Amino acid sequence: MYVLLPVALIFAAVALGVFVWAALSGQYDDLHTPALRILHEDEPAKPVRPER
Amino acid sequence: MSIAESAVARAVTASFACGHCGLDVPPGLVDESAERQFCCHGCRAVYAVIHEHGLDRYYAFRAEAEAVPQPASPTGRSYTELDDPGFQARACWMTSDGLAATELYLEGVHCAACVWLVERLPSLVPGLVEVRLDLPRSRALVRWDARAVTLSAAARQLDALGYRAHPSRGLEAQALRRREDRRMLARIGLAGAAAANVMAIAFALYGGFFHGMEPEYASLFRWASLAVTVPAMVWGGGVFFRGAWSALRVRALHMDLPISVGLLAGFAHGAVNTVRGVGDVYFDSVTALIFLLLAGRYVQRRQQRVAADSAELLASLAPSAARLIEEEVREVPIEALLPGSRVEVRAGDTVPADGVITAGRSALDLSLLTGESRPTDAGPGDRVHAGTVNLSSRLEVVVERIGEDTRVGRLVKLVEEYGRRRAPIALLADRIAGHFVAAVLVLAALTFALWARVDVGRAVDHAVALLIVTCPCALALATPLALSAAIGQAARAGFLIKGADVLEKLTRPGRMWLDKTGTLTEGRAALLEWWGDPGIKMLAAAAEAHSSHPLARALVAAVTPAPDVPVAIVETQGGGIEGTVAGRAVLLGSPAFVRARTGALPPEFERCARELPADGLTPVLVAVDGAVVGAAGFGDPLREDASAALARVRRRGWRVGILSGDDPVVVGSIGRRLGLGPEDCRGGVSPEGKLRAVEDEPAGGSVVMVGDGVNDAAALAGATVGIAVHGGAEAALAAADVFIAHPGIARVADLLDGAGRAMRTVRRNLVLSLCYNAAGAALAMAGFINPVMAAVLMPLSSITVIAHSYRARSFARPEPPPCR
Repeated sequence: MYVLLPVALIFAAVALGVFVWAALSGQYDDLHTPALRILHEDEPAKPVRPER
Repeated sequence: MSIAESAVARAVTASFACGHCGLDVPPGLVDESAERQFCCHGCRAVYAVIHEHGLDRYYAFRAEAEAVPQPASPTGRSYTELDDPGFQARACWMTSDGLAATELYLEGVHCAACVWLVERLPSLVPGLVEVRLDLPRSRALVRWDARAVTLSAAARQLDALGYRAHPSRGLEAQALRRREDRRMLARIGLAGAAAANVMAIAFALYGGFFHGMEPEYASLFRWASLAVTVPAMVWGGGVFFRGAWSALRVRALHMDLPISVGLLAGFAHGAVNTVRGVGDVYFDSVTALIFLLLAGRYVQRRQQRVAADSAELLASLAPSAARLIEEEVREVPIEALLPGSRVEVRAGDTVPADGVITAGRSALDLSLLTGESRPTDAGPGDRVHAGTVNLSSRLEVVVERIGEDTRVGRLVKLVEEYGRRRAPIALLADRIAGHFVAAVLVLAALTFALWARVDVGRAVDHAVALLIVTCPCALALATPLALSAAIGQAARAGFLIKGADVLEKLTRPGRMWLDKTGTLTEGRAALLEWWGDPGIKMLAAAAEAHSSHPLARALVAAVTPAPDVPVAIVETQGGGIEGTVAGRAVLLGSPAFVRARTGALPPEFERCARELPADGLTPVLVAVDGAVVGAAGFGDPLREDASAALARVRRRGWRVGILSGDDPVVVGSIGRRLGLGPEDCRGGVSPEGKLRAVEDEPAGGSVVMVGDGVNDAAALAGATVGIAVHGGAEAALAAADVFIAHPGIARVADLLDGAGRAMRTVRRNLVLSLCYNAAGAALAMAGFINPVMAAVLMPLSSITVIAHSYRARSFARPEPPPCR
């Protein structure tokens, strides 16, 4: 128990850390457009990216 | 079905869909030989660009997205102000890979197909590296290689595709708000995770209560939950402590104060018991409370952010460039203008600042300020305002006021101010929550005091049981859940509601002001009255068949099938047309125009010419072979459902009135037809006047503004609830609390009905959870429930509330429109 409980809490902390990072880095800013974008990406004529 | 096929299908029914936007093509523009028909030059030009670059897939995507058709209107501007070093220093930044980046606000992006098209831009403009569109905010993040291409080239290409680009204003304020939003979201995550974990540990503790537990394990669990609670208290609860502290310093009462006291008391009690190693800890309740309250705060914040965004949208719509007249004319960013500068406004340009015309004479579209698209003539000495559009010829203007001092600038400020200042009304749930907390605390103290006479240990048990069984989870969920379920249903039914409080406000009948043009009426000219032989009407329509004048189009639209006769016509500017139709001399125009050519009118038509304007209609007389034989009255027709819809609204107890920028005579005539008293029909009202009318409404009941134009934006923001109707300007949509996506004024009445049903659900929810809590509290006080049973029973009330919220049907889907 003295091992299990801290381990469980550490897992929770890691998951939470990932969420906080995602939220702070702006991944939840726009929840609408990416869902539409994914419908478009696999088209046959991929736009030519300029060289750089 | 492809667009081409649907165009063919439409052709069978004798009308053509525009090859770009899908709207009907005016009969005069139909070219039978062409593969595709277009409703206007804008659509034709945009289609050409899309087709030329092989981007036709856009139309397939658009068909899937069921977008609202809107004609495209490329301006062909040069956008060189975007390359101005001053602008670039202010609004652009360098990314780490050496690219320049900025944010543009795009007008006209609506659906998934727009996302696709806009993000294909790098394949059209070499040197442009990436465009990412944020659809809900209509903002595109653009990254480009400054050595290879200019920003203005990208903006010109966007323009050619029909999306007008505006530099996004207020970038810093936006970034600040976004950071705060993100932090809030992270806090909610932390509080939620803490609540869930503490809850799990609490279950173990409760299990120990039943079956016995080694004291050392019980102590371990208490310490663990304390450890999890501390960060939630500090980071999550800090929001409330800071709010409470600043309220205390100014000696004001604030919701944060009782919340903070409750949180601190619960936490302190738990912490003391943890250290002592005996007694109960309430960390599960404390963390759950922080989580739920933070979630509520977040929803509230998002509403405020919408208000701020809408104000910036208005600001972004103001023109960003002006043509300064010095030795030669050059395009400069608008910030470079000073009062006294001389600017050139070409036909089709937007006036960049408030000023006075010094040379030129033209027609102006003042719809930004009046809501009427009928052009107004202006000449030297007349005052012009920023944001109005010069329609016909070049003007020279001496600038008087710029930027925020212009009339539009002040309107923007008003929208912003009202969005922010709008007093949060004390919502039903808030009022109940205050009483609830007080009642629970009193009852807990009472329970303890009564049972303490019997046995102090049992007194603590029963008081704790009471606190747990009355944990306000269900109460805290009752309103938000019912409202968010209702808002979700509303969205599917075509009502986009921006805030949960809107529904409650809509159930407090007060005053409802409606805009006229485009809201109550269809916003286009139509033939409403006709005197004379139907055969004459055919002749008149044939004469007008090739004119682009709005009244001519309305006359042609009223005559089906279109007459097919030989026509030779001369159009005279500002009055009418004359010529021969099927061999007969036809004269058609305003009474003055016709009178000048035929002499005095026959008495009955003289009466028409006098009475039609009094009814708010524009009269047109028709003479055949030199004698006046017909009269037409043109006006903006009322929407079919307007009368019935307003009757429904009035039955709910609302006082209905019209606020319009149009002529008072026209407004009065429309009002009479809707059965409104003259005091409820106000015409000639400026945007500021609309706001004043909304503000001056005596207290008691909500004030609702229904409108569609930029000139309604301030009133929409200032009203208790602003409702933007189908087809409205983007700034109006942004300033309003509700956007109705389906046409028809009956939808406003549907919205009120739905709001009423949603609030009934809320009330039933509150009653349910209060009943549950009252019963639980009574059992706990009587000593029938121990803490563990209470903890197991607690979720029942929440489940009841959740089930009830999602079962309720507040908004039904509207009937699908009949197929054409």
